[in-house]
Amino acid sequence: MIQVNGISQQGFAGKTIRDLLQAQGLNPERVAVEQNGEIIRRANFDSAQLFDGDKIEIVHFVGGG
Amino acid sequence: MVTKEMLTAALTARHGAEYQARFSAASVGIAGLGGLGSHIAVQLARLGVGRLVLVDFDTVDLSNLNRQHYFIPHLGQPKATALTNQLMNINPYLDYQPYIVRVTAENACTLFADCDVICEAFDRADQKAMFVEAILSGLPNMPLISGCGMAGIASANEIHTVKRFQRFYLCGDGTADIANGLGLMAPRVSVCAAHEAVMAMRLLLGET
Repeated sequence: MIQVNGISQQGFAGKTIRDLLQAQGLNPERVAVEQNGEIIRRANFDSAQLFDGDKIEIVHFVGGG
Repeated sequence: MVTKEMLTAALTARHGAEYQARFSAASVGIAGLGGLGSHIAVQLARLGVGRLVLVDFDTVDLSNLNRQHYFIPHLGQPKATALTNQLMNINPYLDYQPYIVRVTAENACTLFADCDVICEAFDRADQKAMFVEAILSGLPNMPLISGCGMAGIASANEIHTVKRFQRFYLCGDGTADIANGLGLMAPRVSVCAAHEAVMAMRLLLGET
């Protein structure tokens, strides 16, 4: 079980950040992601693995300014 | 002739000596000088923030006048220049550092390293994401404020400031996206800009 923005999610242990973003329908070019308090760079979305107990924070950006 | 002493005294009378001293000693970076950034800059200049780093590659276009803090005589000028000229007429004694440069993942940290607080003020979602990632990973202790979701005509009450991550503040309604065909309207964009400026002010005064 992992936590994503405070909400428990099942079935992501062993998957990657990219997998998580895909499942949430989020564009990897428009997010900032922290895994257990550490920023995960976009270039590492495919290699960054999710582990049981992980706390993931995702900020999703929309256009306009 | 408005001297530095006169202006400082006027600001101090409004804000109090303690706050004014903090504003005066502070340095704020603004990435993007459009609908958000131009307003943030004007508000921070009025506070008397000692140093403003103002970065935008773009020039003032007629379509900007619907919401950005520029005037007809500025059309065609680089935004960094046009904005600085306006700010000089608010407070000529602040230190303005304009850069007519496109912010990238490679130069973001260098451009804004000397700031106390940075305000992200781009209009493209992917640029916001790029910048936030670059600053949060490259400048570990830098407080960062970002604007996200201000398009359309929904109530201004839906625009909030929330703290995310360790030292990141997100201002906006979080969802209203220009990609959905919603327009950017002056008053609502200004509310979001003011949220960023208020958060910058609070951080400079030690509030988190």
